[in-house]
Amino acid sequence: MTYLILIFFLLLLMLVAAIYAIVQKDLLYAVIATGVISLVLTVLFYLLQAPDVALTEAAIGVALTTIIFIITIRNTVRHEDDYNKKDDIKSAVE
Amino acid sequence: MKKFIVIITLAVLGFYLGETFYELGFGNARFEHGVKDTYLEKTVSELHVANTVTSIIVNFRGFDTLGEVTVLFLAATALGGILYKKKHHAGDRSVLFPASRIVMSGSKLLFPAVILLGVYIFVHGHLSPGGGFQGGTIVATGFLLMLLAYDDFTVSHHVLSYVESFAGIFFVLFGLAGFCNGGTFLENFMPVGTMNDLFSGGIIPIVYILVGFKVAAELTGLIYTVLHEKD
Repeated sequence: MTYLILIFFLLLLMLVAAIYAIVQKDLLYAVIATGVISLVLTVLFYLLQAPDVALTEAAIGVALTTIIFIITIRNTVRHEDDYNKKDDIKSAVE
Repeated sequence: MKKFIVIITLAVLGFYLGETFYELGFGNARFEHGVKDTYLEKTVSELHVANTVTSIIVNFRGFDTLGEVTVLFLAATALGGILYKKKHHAGDRSVLFPASRIVMSGSKLLFPAVILLGVYIFVHGHLSPGGGFQGGTIVATGFLLMLLAYDDFTVSHHVLSYVESFAGIFFVLFGLAGFCNGGTFLENFMPVGTMNDLFSGGIIPIVYILVGFKVAAELTGLIYTVLHEKD
């Protein structure tokens, strides 16, 4: 029973983090939230007896993807509203 | 009108998709007489490998793994082709700025530990969870740490490409050796040893170490390219 409660709690946490990542206008916070999703998913995979997949998720989902997104944010714009400023993106791409 | 057509199309697609998945019956015992028992039995009795997942990935379904490695290689090559610059100036990284002394010292301390963890995971791929892909990614993460902490830390693209090419070539050669010896691609032709030993499992640890080197080199090169992308 505690096992089931734990799993449901983790699933709920993932859901909350995903919704937060969508509604958040600051993209850096959104990326951190997606990292939290991956972290919780790692724990879930481990609880569901798939340690191989858990390791993959930890290495790629938590570390690599998050950092590549952060580098992208640093190279482009941080706030979602800034996408209206076309010149900003142009100068970032060039 | 446009939205109406989209909704109709999605509804039709959804209906057939749902019907197909309903007939599949997830969670039912439809794999009772499938291939799973053979894998579980042969992993222990023939290959003497503790980690069934590894034995499936590298031995029984080794050809799929070759395809996965090729996909990763193509993705890294395409990214490098898009972002490649001929001239690399010493001070032209906009992404990075000098890190503080604490971060630099901490990265220097952590770097060998991270590399050791990654190497441990892909060397022990046949004994404990994990393997070439996971270990290689962790090694690449260690290099990423150093690249972020130190302005002037560089990795040689020549060394990376040589490591990657040799790992790939030897993967295929081991597969072809099985082809010549046993009959199928990547069939085991080396002594399997006793179970739970480091030197056991025939070609499985060797192939997984090669995969680990290949993935580590590819991802490190990819990160390096992304970090040095902008003038």
